[in-house]
Amino acid sequence: MNTNTTTHADPGTLYGYLVAFDKVDELLVAATKVRDEGYTRWDAHTPFVIHGLDAAMGIKKTVLPYIVFLAGLTGTAAGLLLQWWTNAVDYPFLISGKPLFSLPANIPVAFETTILFAAISALVGMLALNGLPQLSHPLFSNRTFKRVTDDRFFICIEARDPIFDAEKTKKLLESVSDRPVEEIEDLP
Amino acid sequence: MSLSYLDNTGDDPTVRARLVVGQNDFHSVTEKVCGIVEQPRPPKFWWLAFAFASSLTLVLFACIGYLVTTGVGVWGLQVPVGWGYAIVNFVFWVGIGHAGTLISAILFLLRQRWRTSINRFAEAMTIFAVVCAGIFPGIHVGRIWLAYWLFPIPNQMSMWPNFRSPLLWDVFAVGTYATVSLLFWYMGMIPDLASIRDRAKTKLRFYFYGLLSLGWRSSNRHWHRFEFAYLLLAALATPLVLSVHSVVSFDFAVSIMPGWHTTIFPPYFVAGAIFSGFAMVVTLIIPTRKFFGLEEIITARHLENMAKIMLATGMMVGFAYSTEFFIAWYSGNPYESFTFLNRAFGPYAWAYWTMVTCNVVVPQVFWVKRLRNNPLMLWVASIFINVGMWFERFVIVVSSLSRDYLPTSWGYYRPTAIDVLTFVGSFGLFFTLFLLFVRFLPMVGMAEVKGVMPQAHLDRPGHRGHGDYHGDIAGVEVV
Repeated sequence: MNTNTTTHADPGTLYGYLVAFDKVDELLVAATKVRDEGYTRWDAHTPFVIHGLDAAMGIKKTVLPYIVFLAGLTGTAAGLLLQWWTNAVDYPFLISGKPLFSLPANIPVAFETTILFAAISALVGMLALNGLPQLSHPLFSNRTFKRVTDDRFFICIEARDPIFDAEKTKKLLESVSDRPVEEIEDLP
Repeated sequence: MSLSYLDNTGDDPTVRARLVVGQNDFHSVTEKVCGIVEQPRPPKFWWLAFAFASSLTLVLFACIGYLVTTGVGVWGLQVPVGWGYAIVNFVFWVGIGHAGTLISAILFLLRQRWRTSINRFAEAMTIFAVVCAGIFPGIHVGRIWLAYWLFPIPNQMSMWPNFRSPLLWDVFAVGTYATVSLLFWYMGMIPDLASIRDRAKTKLRFYFYGLLSLGWRSSNRHWHRFEFAYLLLAALATPLVLSVHSVVSFDFAVSIMPGWHTTIFPPYFVAGAIFSGFAMVVTLIIPTRKFFGLEEIITARHLENMAKIMLATGMMVGFAYSTEFFIAWYSGNPYESFTFLNRAFGPYAWAYWTMVTCNVVVPQVFWVKRLRNNPLMLWVASIFINVGMWFERFVIVVSSLSRDYLPTSWGYYRPTAIDVLTFVGSFGLFFTLFLLFVRFLPMVGMAEVKGVMPQAHLDRPGHRGHGDYHGDIAGVEVV
């Protein structure tokens, strides 16, 4: 049944099939269909976030919030440690009788480092989980795909999907859109 | 205001106001916004503005050079007023820098969909304002080659900064704010930079925007994490934006100066910051949307909403002014009472009443729908508010310092020409950065605007149909 069982496609081989949509509705219906067929290595490409597409594709919730939460805690700890070590341990100096280390005076800086660490981890974590930056990708060689950042919606099923079948998959995509199904070559 | 198609300020609650007017679809939005960046040459008015702004920037750099080579004596600082223009300007610019994050974070959490047309613009303004703000404490330290003492960096004295001082909290607050604003701005821009990359006709543009957009391919699996990261950043930036001006106000409130040592300062400063930030957004956006033909995307309704926010925050500021007076009397503290009478009727009464007129009286015109929907009226009022908010900081800083406890040490602060030129020059830097932004970066968040257009929603019966771009993240209700 499987014509392509390799997990890593060879240079010049098929990367996947791409099909375009003009309307949000068509895309959502098609995404549900592809999901229900059981494909896993596929994606929808849209110029903006589409309400409900995550559910239609069956995307699981990202782990990003946990990463950000841990980074935030690290920030709090780093901020408190920094203040405690510099002002109370390494070079203690008394200023107007204030305690060397006390939470009320040290909260503002700890708060700021919490936010700083968490915010940096949100951006870096998002990029890392998405595998970005990735400046070269098989889809970029397709001309119509350039409209994905403008007004066109796409679905692409990759050849390395376990249930990918050159003919069946093509048929499925042909059945969900009026636009032609295009073959995408893998990067050499 | 004529009843043209551009007018979407209706109040009928049964009609959902359009946030993009005219015959626009996704493609025309891309065309309009990318078209500005893609013009082979910027328009003439851009050159004129750029020439003027960059000349002013040179004035700023010249003044800083003169200050560094000569010393802080070139400013009007004298005992008892040791904080003059530099601190006033710092607080003024940081305050302006609050509208961007308010629009992008707080309005996002409150599901205010109208934010999408103006958030990019306001965030850019935030960053440039924070750049201007950062300069002033930097040069105010006197020996600016030792400004690194502000940071916990090991130095030749083996000493560390004093973390029990609000001035150091400020370093962390403003530093974090600048970083997070920059991250937020850049992250939101990635999909739009990819739009410019995909339309690029020249190699240079392709590579430049290609690199900046990090290979974004609009994958929905990516969008999912992008949305989550955006939500998290908004949730982090919201307490941050409220904390920054609170910490700035601690610089004053933690001291024992009459007129500064009050608990009302944090909320009062934050309200004032949002007030002045929106005023600056309005000052910039009205000419920009006109010159670049963006009236269909940055609509009359956007301006009206900003006018309403200015009215609300202006009232809060006015309320804070009166509360200060009340507490000065109610506290029974003679120094406190004197300080406030001195503000209103003393040698700086002219500054105080300028402030009250600009910040409390002028915004009252926004009660009238016809007036707030008149762009010229709104623009002029926003400039008055900018002036008023500068004077607010001047009044706070200078009037308290010039007359504190001991009458023998009273004085009258006068800025020098260098003070004034440095301040004027900082506007040059602000406008220069701003003009470069509108020329080279997408000034409207296209991906977000498209998400709030009617075409982005399902027209199937039974569906709520108005999921906004940043709607339910889990998105469980569909199909």
